[in-house]
Amino acid sequence: MSALSFEGVTVRLGGRDVLKQTSFDMRAGEFVGLLGANGSGKTTLLRAALGLLPLRAGAIRVLGRPVARGMAGVGYMPQTRAAFASARLTGRTMIETAAMGARFGVWRLDAGTRRDIDAALDLVDARDLARAPVADLSGGQRQRLLLAQALLGKPRLLLLDEPLISLDPAQQSAVVAMIGRLRGELGVAVLFSAHELNPLLSHIDRVLYLGAGAAAIGTVDEVVTGEMLSRLYGAEVEVVRVGARIFVMTGGVELDAHAHQHDHAHV
Amino acid sequence: MRTPISTTTPMFEYEFMRTAFAAAGAAAVLSGAVGYFLVLRGQTFAGHALSHVGFTGATGAALLGLPPLAGLVGFSALAGLLMGLIGEKWSERDVAIGMVLTLSLGFGLLFLHFYTSAATQATALLFGNVLGVDARALASLLALSAVSLAALGAIARPLAFASLQPELAEARGLPMQALSVGFLVIVAVAVAEAASIVGVLLVFALMVGPAAASRALTRSLGAGVALAAALAVGEAWGGLTLSFYTDWPTSFWIAALSGAVYFMALAVA
Repeated sequence: MSALSFEGVTVRLGGRDVLKQTSFDMRAGEFVGLLGANGSGKTTLLRAALGLLPLRAGAIRVLGRPVARGMAGVGYMPQTRAAFASARLTGRTMIETAAMGARFGVWRLDAGTRRDIDAALDLVDARDLARAPVADLSGGQRQRLLLAQALLGKPRLLLLDEPLISLDPAQQSAVVAMIGRLRGELGVAVLFSAHELNPLLSHIDRVLYLGAGAAAIGTVDEVVTGEMLSRLYGAEVEVVRVGARIFVMTGGVELDAHAHQHDHAHV
Repeated sequence: MRTPISTTTPMFEYEFMRTAFAAAGAAAVLSGAVGYFLVLRGQTFAGHALSHVGFTGATGAALLGLPPLAGLVGFSALAGLLMGLIGEKWSERDVAIGMVLTLSLGFGLLFLHFYTSAATQATALLFGNVLGVDARALASLLALSAVSLAALGAIARPLAFASLQPELAEARGLPMQALSVGFLVIVAVAVAEAASIVGVLLVFALMVGPAAASRALTRSLGAGVALAAALAVGEAWGGLTLSFYTDWPTSFWIAALSGAVYFMALAVA
């Protein structure tokens, strides 16, 4: 069964086709890195996969069913997390709110939900961490809590929007390694958006590259080539390999690095 | 305005003090609890604006010979509904709210101009007159508090989720706009209640002060809401007591206590 499939999907936002005739298929249990420059539609693609955006054309299937808002079996980690980062509440309280919040009813946490939360926290080894106020944690520790939260309800598909943003390199590789491990243990499919390819290289199965409305999916060797990316971006792109690392350059400037700097201005 | 009272007589011997304590307590519990969510959602300015809209409603009602509380509640609830419908993402939102606030005060002033007993009425509305609450108003305040607290309790779970992690809540399929509208209507009722105790200009003292102090001091939601409500009641009753013994205005004491508790909480946290 496919975890997530897009068939000729077009999404128009603010008078621009952010996704244009995008098609790809993600297998169950697959770890896919979602890459592309700023504004190439990574967040839009994830929001479309959550059923949050109207499609102009095409169809999206999630875990074999047509996409809808609030589908069971889908875990999501959004990108804007300002409220989460500044909360004086404990991580556990934040996660409890999310676990209880999908339904109306009496403000009480039942034993089953409590167990689910404990299990999710144990998966990322964050049970102690969850007792501290979220604002006192480091970026990497917060990501672990958000990951635990996304794992509630035993999802078959995780949609992670830029989990590496504003983390230092050591924290970045720890987060990627943890998600790689969880993928192995739980067999959950992971779509992971990122600005930089290198932190993901040793863990992902395939890469989904977005550029100028188009998309290309395949192994890193298939997709991350000068020829392929030049076609995707409609501009001369050079791919330079240094040891195990890959640099995507355009006009002598590193594409990813540039996108990264650009993003920091907004964070 | 007030009959001379003896401070050597225990304050609860007086009927108006008992009524004032009950009214202030009912308004404070609601204001504290609602205020906690208001602070959580970063909508304190909207709360402030609703009180000014309520002022127009109250003066308009007085002009028409209706109870001011009805105008206060009705008008601010309507404004809360509209604010919720406008949504939170509009970039001009704060300016628009500010303009509505200004327009409301302007109209309120105009209504007062046409209303004969303007001066007392204006002071009571702007700065509160808890000692003037009569039995009928008390019954309305108690009923409104009970209904609003029940409504807040009913939406508390999704509201907390939607306030803390809106992107995730939206993805989970929560009715974000309905929650926002429903909450602002509850806020409007709480604002109207607080305004009838401390006046429209000092609504922050009961709605935002205790809630913000509580947010600095607590680490979980249940404790946060409970402490906010408790602080609001403590400040309201403390203000009444101090006012009884000093003969200074109650609203001054409530505002002073609210400010003191808030800044102490910031210092401690």
